[in-house]
Amino acid sequence: MAPALLLFAFVVLVPSARGVYYAFTDWDGLDPHFDFVGLDNFAAMFRDADAVQAIWHTLLIAVSITVVQNAIGLLLALGVNSAIKSRNLLRVFLFAPAVITPIVTAYLWRNLLGPDGAVNSLFGAVGLDSWRQDWLGSPDLALWAVVGVIVWQFAGYSMVIFLAGLQSVPQEIHEAAALDGAGPVRRFWSVTRPLLAPAFTINLMLSIIGGIKLFDQVYALTGGGPGHATDTLSTLIYKDAFTLGEFGYSIALAVVLTIIVAVASTGQYVLLARGERAAS
Amino acid sequence: MNRYRSRTLALELVMIAVALIVGFPVYVLVNLAVRPASDTSSPIAPTGSPTLDNFSHAWQQGGLGGALANSVLVTACSVVIVLAVSSLAAYPLARITARWSRGTYLLVLLGLVLPFQLASLPLYQTMRDLGLLGTPWALVLFYSGLQVPFTVFLYVGFLRAMPKDFEDAALIDGCTPLQSFRHVVLPMLKPITVTALVLNAVAVWNDFFTPLLYLSGSAQQTMPVAIAGFVGQYVTDWNLIFAALVISVLPVLLVYFLLQRSIINGFAGGLRG
Repeated sequence: MAPALLLFAFVVLVPSARGVYYAFTDWDGLDPHFDFVGLDNFAAMFRDADAVQAIWHTLLIAVSITVVQNAIGLLLALGVNSAIKSRNLLRVFLFAPAVITPIVTAYLWRNLLGPDGAVNSLFGAVGLDSWRQDWLGSPDLALWAVVGVIVWQFAGYSMVIFLAGLQSVPQEIHEAAALDGAGPVRRFWSVTRPLLAPAFTINLMLSIIGGIKLFDQVYALTGGGPGHATDTLSTLIYKDAFTLGEFGYSIALAVVLTIIVAVASTGQYVLLARGERAAS
Repeated sequence: MNRYRSRTLALELVMIAVALIVGFPVYVLVNLAVRPASDTSSPIAPTGSPTLDNFSHAWQQGGLGGALANSVLVTACSVVIVLAVSSLAAYPLARITARWSRGTYLLVLLGLVLPFQLASLPLYQTMRDLGLLGTPWALVLFYSGLQVPFTVFLYVGFLRAMPKDFEDAALIDGCTPLQSFRHVVLPMLKPITVTALVLNAVAVWNDFFTPLLYLSGSAQQTMPVAIAGFVGQYVTDWNLIFAALVISVLPVLLVYFLLQRSIINGFAGGLRG
């Protein structure tokens, strides 16, 4: 047990604890002399419009991804869990984007979503010229473009987890419900949905935590721009530490990120555990 | 109930249409990667004069060979270490019900919630003091610790659902606990080890933030960092960039399609863990 605990303590516990301490200092990352500044970094954060905006973007992205990705993932899972002939092929194919390096898919999409990119070309080719946009260059659209790219990549991941849940629903229960006269919608709501509760727990947890920590895709797609229109807590942490040298402030942002992750995951866990108990 | 009807056919067509939309970016990726710079037609029109030149240029100019070797090294070492230490740690944590054991497990689970952004900046300084910054060993050390909580969590969940009878029999027959772990428990851990292997390998291989921090400014790169550097250097030469993206995606997709059953089960396996 000791090697695992030592590695874990060295890489996660001790640096995290030091991080919390540095959040109350004005450390610049290099100078061994730094001062304890109390809550100054946190007070500065709430006066810093960029930071407040980044917190808002982080929450908005996490919630949007969670809702859209899981809705699409569930629909795909229901589609693939039917009698269609291509179901095995589709499952392998639709999941494939989830294993590709996120930074690579992000650079691919940066080109596709450009003014002369494939997405606009496609709209032009089917006569929807009015839909052509500078997707990543517009402050109003860029955030939603980022959400779209992530949903494209990970909807198949949600699908696979829902599918495992669906396949654990015994066929006899469905047939019994059908014999009793329940239609497909009623069967989904009363039979399938309660039994999918564990899959919902895993999926919502993965997407909300992944959304809150989001860095790679924003870095590659927009770099947080245009302006600060897509900056998230993670991109701001990186910029403040490594381009501005404000380690103390940057780590204070990381502490806020930690608190958001902790609140979101425990809150969700408690809610969903209650839901699972009610369903069973 | 599962007969093929006209509604099934309609569903089949809708699902294939969805798959085509999902696959569209990949078509454009390949289409632009095999296109000479002189071809400036629409990105969705198939190129008339495909070439493989972009791939050889990207390979040579991007230093992708070295990056690929580093990615393989870092992923292989990290995953082997994480699986070894985590399975060994999970065994007593799952089997011993004393208070210290439960407390330790909760402490490890805390690591699931702590985002690595919090630890990565102070650790940056430690890595620098140890002289590991800019070497792949900084990454191996980092992932070996970072992935412990998740991997222990998977193993403990699996072990708790596994009957104890075989181990008890082995102990009665005179095995030491370590022997019982090696000869009795370890073989039964195979399914969860496959899951843990897949999830850890994908996470380590794809990670970008950590090598961006710990390798920046050095000649050592992993695939994701090499790609980001390449994009920074050839800003508008998208044919060349797309060739580099294809090269970086190819090994991953190759492994995926070869082992798709275990990989998909691995990802779905978190559900039972």
